[in-house]
Amino acid sequence: MNIHEYQAKDLLRKYAIPVHPGRVARTPEEVYRAASELLGAGARLVAMKAQIHAGARGKGGGVKVLKSAEELRAAAVGLLGKNLVTPQTGPEGKPVHELLLEGTNGIEREYYASIVLDRSLAKPCLIVSEAGGMEIEEVAEEHPEKILKCHFSPEKGLEHAEAKAMAARLPLNAAQAEVISRIFEGLSRLFLELDASLVEINPLAIMNSGEVIAIDAKINFDDNALYRHPEIAALRDARQEDPRETEAKKFDLSYVGLDGNIGCVVNGAGLAMATMDIIKYAGGEPANFLDVGGGANKEKVTAAFKIILQDPKVKAILVNIFGGIMRCDVVAEGILAAVAEVGAKVPIVVRLEGTNVEEGKAILKNSSLNVISASGFAQAAEKVVGAL
Amino acid sequence: MSILAGKATKVLVQGITGTHGSFHTAKMLAYGTKVAGGVTPGKGGQSVHGVPVFNSVKDAVGATGADASVIYVPASYAVAAIREAGEAGIRLIVCITEGIPALDMARIKPWLGERKITLIGPNCPGIITPEECKIGIMPGYIHKRGSIGVVSRSGTLTYEAVWQLSALGLGQSTCVGIGGDPVVGTSFLDVLALFESDPATEAVVLIGEIGGSSEEEAAAFIEEKMSKPVVAFIAGSNAPPGKRMGHAGAIISGGAGKASDKVKRLEQAGVTVAQSPALIGQTMAKVYAARYEQKSRSRV
Repeated sequence: MNIHEYQAKDLLRKYAIPVHPGRVARTPEEVYRAASELLGAGARLVAMKAQIHAGARGKGGGVKVLKSAEELRAAAVGLLGKNLVTPQTGPEGKPVHELLLEGTNGIEREYYASIVLDRSLAKPCLIVSEAGGMEIEEVAEEHPEKILKCHFSPEKGLEHAEAKAMAARLPLNAAQAEVISRIFEGLSRLFLELDASLVEINPLAIMNSGEVIAIDAKINFDDNALYRHPEIAALRDARQEDPRETEAKKFDLSYVGLDGNIGCVVNGAGLAMATMDIIKYAGGEPANFLDVGGGANKEKVTAAFKIILQDPKVKAILVNIFGGIMRCDVVAEGILAAVAEVGAKVPIVVRLEGTNVEEGKAILKNSSLNVISASGFAQAAEKVVGAL
Repeated sequence: MSILAGKATKVLVQGITGTHGSFHTAKMLAYGTKVAGGVTPGKGGQSVHGVPVFNSVKDAVGATGADASVIYVPASYAVAAIREAGEAGIRLIVCITEGIPALDMARIKPWLGERKITLIGPNCPGIITPEECKIGIMPGYIHKRGSIGVVSRSGTLTYEAVWQLSALGLGQSTCVGIGGDPVVGTSFLDVLALFESDPATEAVVLIGEIGGSSEEEAAAFIEEKMSKPVVAFIAGSNAPPGKRMGHAGAIISGGAGKASDKVKRLEQAGVTVAQSPALIGQTMAKVYAARYEQKSRSRV
């Protein structure tokens, strides 16, 4: 799960990681008031940042650094309630409902710090770089020597000595190194205590004043651990998600919208990805990834069908089920129930295999529903592409 | 011969009284698996499909001598169930459960390693040695005894691959679903090493997907250590970046974990990568024929 920058900074504060005092504004008037306060408190400039679940906001025009409350209010009108398109949002962009305003004074130097879980070693890894303010992937590509890593124990967390050793590898004076090593330890505590999958501060800046400040912050959480962090789960902003994904989540379905016109209903993530791949291989374009899951019931299959049938782009549907936990008869009943409820104006190709396959096929055959049945994976893909 | 599980393996079912536990106990029994007992705290003394239920893994191991266990308990109890099985002396644990927090797995992994416990999964379909032992949720009838080892991060896509193999007369030595989570107990590499030293395995099908770098690590192992031919398929060539594709571990993040990179690395290592998921069986048939039928001809 993603959260907004201002929410991430609230969490950083709790872990004693210094951030600018900020104001969140939801209307141009709130922007005006917040900006006046920040300027009145001595800020020379105010940075106003669109709060969306995507990066590269500056490149999309989502970050304004201005010196008067009037200018900021005018700029806010151009952002609030609109979709912001950045290199990371996709062409439709993400809606801007909130703006974060922070007073800003000069930055002397920018660093990078993040923690991720290294999957191969099954250990969290602190990644730091003196090349802050750039995309870390670019740094990795162009200056791999500038990326420093320290794996640490998921039980003990990053120890003080490890944090100090990492800070000592950056060009910093002793006082700054001490502050930054404490920041690394705070990041480690946050990562482990809140079950994050990513915490990233980019840039972590040394200001002209000598202060160390986390200028931007990104935190992602492990969805599987949200059940034990209700306060984090409450930070979710469903407006940032594809509404079809939100609807799918209600039924515990895994859905990702794509640009094609062949809707897919599949059980199992690997088979669902492979179904997208084979549609493409057969010359079609998948409209979605949809995994109904292992223990799907009739309600889930019905919900899956409804989400896909309501997508106006969908011109044909491919159902590809290989039953393990999932029973083919349950899928067949779900298809019938969904079509009875919402109707089916597009051809449906069904391929069933696995547990209770004969029962499933019989249910479809004995119904009045006009489904095209396919035997085999390749044939299913060819038939659905042919049905367009 | 086979790897990890065979005719002699005695299996416990943790969470046997639950819906999935009970359903799959029946299917495992029907397949011929020696299901020695089940465990559900507070339900000791009952029986499920004729299998005795115990209150703890320790009690169950004491009474039955079981050496493997399969876990069907909910995610919030699954790590405790793994630990309980390990403490009771079980050395092969198959965890079917989906939804375990990644850091919980990271925390228990060193503990498992110190005790030389093999954990398969979590979030996996399990292991099957055809016609001997099925520990997990895969449909048994699609499998056929033979000499192809199968290892996969997926569940249903593995069934698809096995189905294709069986239809072409290519039976399997053992099929191992290692699971779709970011941190799993047993990696591709571990299973490839077992297949390489298993006399019953002549060739291996590896099914990977986007996310992480376990396919790249497998490629390095294949290049350096494997003599047996490997055929692979990588799911998710058309997955958008930054989106989690069902499995917790199936995500392209920061440009890393793409299918194309994995395919390239595997091909570099001499692996034949099937271009379509419908061609996994056929690709193996060709590779197998090229390696072994030629050899048998040259012997003549």
